[in-house]
Amino acid sequence: MAIEAEEVQQIAHLARIRIDEEAVSGYARDLNGILEFVEQMGSVDTDGVEPMAHPWDAVQRLRPDEVTEPNRRDHYQSGAPAVEAGLYLVPRVVE
Amino acid sequence: MHQKTVAEVSAALHAGEISSRELTDALLHRIEQFDPGLNSLITVTAEQARAAADAADARLRSGEAGPLTGVPLIHKDIFCTDGVATTCGSRMLESFQAPYDATVVRRLADAGAVMLGKANMDEFAMGSSNETSYFGPVRNPWDLDAVPGGSSGGSAAAVAARLAPAATGTDTGGSIRQPAALSGICGLKPTYGRVSRYGMVAFASSLDQAGPFARTAEDLALLLGGMAGLDERDSTSVDHVVPDYSESLNRSIKGLRIGVPREFFGEGLDADVRSRVEGALQVLEGEGAELVEVQLPNMELALPAYYVIAPAEASSNLARYDGVRFGHRCAQPQDLEDLYKRSRAEGFGDEVQRRILVGTYALSAGYYDAYYRKAQQVRRLVSEDFRQALEQVDVLAGPTSPTPAFGLGERADDPVQMYLSDIYTLGVNLAGLPGLSVPAGFSRGRPVGLQLIGGYFDEARLLNVGHKYQQVTDWHKQVPEGFE
Repeated sequence: MAIEAEEVQQIAHLARIRIDEEAVSGYARDLNGILEFVEQMGSVDTDGVEPMAHPWDAVQRLRPDEVTEPNRRDHYQSGAPAVEAGLYLVPRVVE
Repeated sequence: MHQKTVAEVSAALHAGEISSRELTDALLHRIEQFDPGLNSLITVTAEQARAAADAADARLRSGEAGPLTGVPLIHKDIFCTDGVATTCGSRMLESFQAPYDATVVRRLADAGAVMLGKANMDEFAMGSSNETSYFGPVRNPWDLDAVPGGSSGGSAAAVAARLAPAATGTDTGGSIRQPAALSGICGLKPTYGRVSRYGMVAFASSLDQAGPFARTAEDLALLLGGMAGLDERDSTSVDHVVPDYSESLNRSIKGLRIGVPREFFGEGLDADVRSRVEGALQVLEGEGAELVEVQLPNMELALPAYYVIAPAEASSNLARYDGVRFGHRCAQPQDLEDLYKRSRAEGFGDEVQRRILVGTYALSAGYYDAYYRKAQQVRRLVSEDFRQALEQVDVLAGPTSPTPAFGLGERADDPVQMYLSDIYTLGVNLAGLPGLSVPAGFSRGRPVGLQLIGGYFDEARLLNVGHKYQQVTDWHKQVPEGFE
């Protein structure tokens, strides 16, 4: 299933990455190369094999629902591109 | 002084023969002298290092020092360091300063280790040659026209060049073991969950694991002891006793059963690498180990499965870089979508974008079953192969990487060719097992590594086998020309 240029732009949109038109064919070629390569997995029958997400199928460890961290908002926001009054600034979303 | 191993440094510090400050100053001078030609470091933390060394010397004098007190080391720039830049080799994090320390950084600092700087690496740990770093490639001290391997290429090159006796790294598909092999040093990827991932910039969370680099297995034992153990801040860190890894180093390996997977010696293996690794196996046999042929029938599917799972997890993990809370933000965004898209396009390099796109595709509606679910099923088969093999033997052994270090630029244009460099390492990550690479000789002046793979939490045994091997070989004592 070869990926066409149009589809590259659709995937890039889902990933929220802007790709210039002139770079699309290069990405299409690379992605097709990688996908062709991973198609090898089709050579093995995996019917009934339980998918493995974690080395020993562990689940999240739970902890008591207690506050353990102090509020360090100003410190954490000191590296943000744009903040005001403790809020992160982004371009206007609602007119 | 710079030729000393961690164990030798530690002994000299405790005996009062040298001070941590003297050693730190000497290594900082060496970094100044040699690193411009290697590019192994992104940040040098000279001032903090001198202060930490002075504090370590005070601890040594007061008799409250441990084996790592005063020992200089370098952290891969993937570990968050409070108040010091953490770039992860990316333009996205070029001006990022973490507001906290990674657990690995904190534990080693608490043990008294002295951070000299932060090592160059492939961008977001995605690469096998250190060529995807925004901060430029790293050169291999053994051959300046060759790559040091990746993604922890800076860490490996710095230790090989004797800029520090030790370094930290991370291994998602081979990123500790492969650069260790290509740079002629030792590197250990512990069992998944053995070392905390807290504060380690995430790439593929079900595979990522931190570990140490040094020139001997003996040193790795000391370092792992300082890094391992349960961390409440990492929900995947495992509550499993941390043994004294140094204690079992000298245990005899007589009668040890070493499995040699047939699949590790097939097509694609360089003839010189094969012959060095076979030579290493004979050395182990000479020490009394028994070689047993085993099979890992699904091994060749580990690579394709990995290149679905790792990008899929990466595409999800890297969604956090949105230009809003931290990291690179594009200039004059027109709207929110433009802000996201241009910040990410400008902040991420080609390989990272490629993997995010592959991962996004593999997880998208209509393709999930064909790629992601299938890859997770193959992961189960690969893991089962290792389980069955390790039921017959104590450890597995083979080459770390199919070729010695390749030339800078040689594989940069073909992602799949680059991925083949990790063909023997990434199955270990899929299964979550520990793996060790130790120097086993040279091919045309470039180092070759022997890989040892153990059962879950069997790091002590791997280090034991590695140490016994290094007791009767001297590959790890060779010094790259110009770095004596």
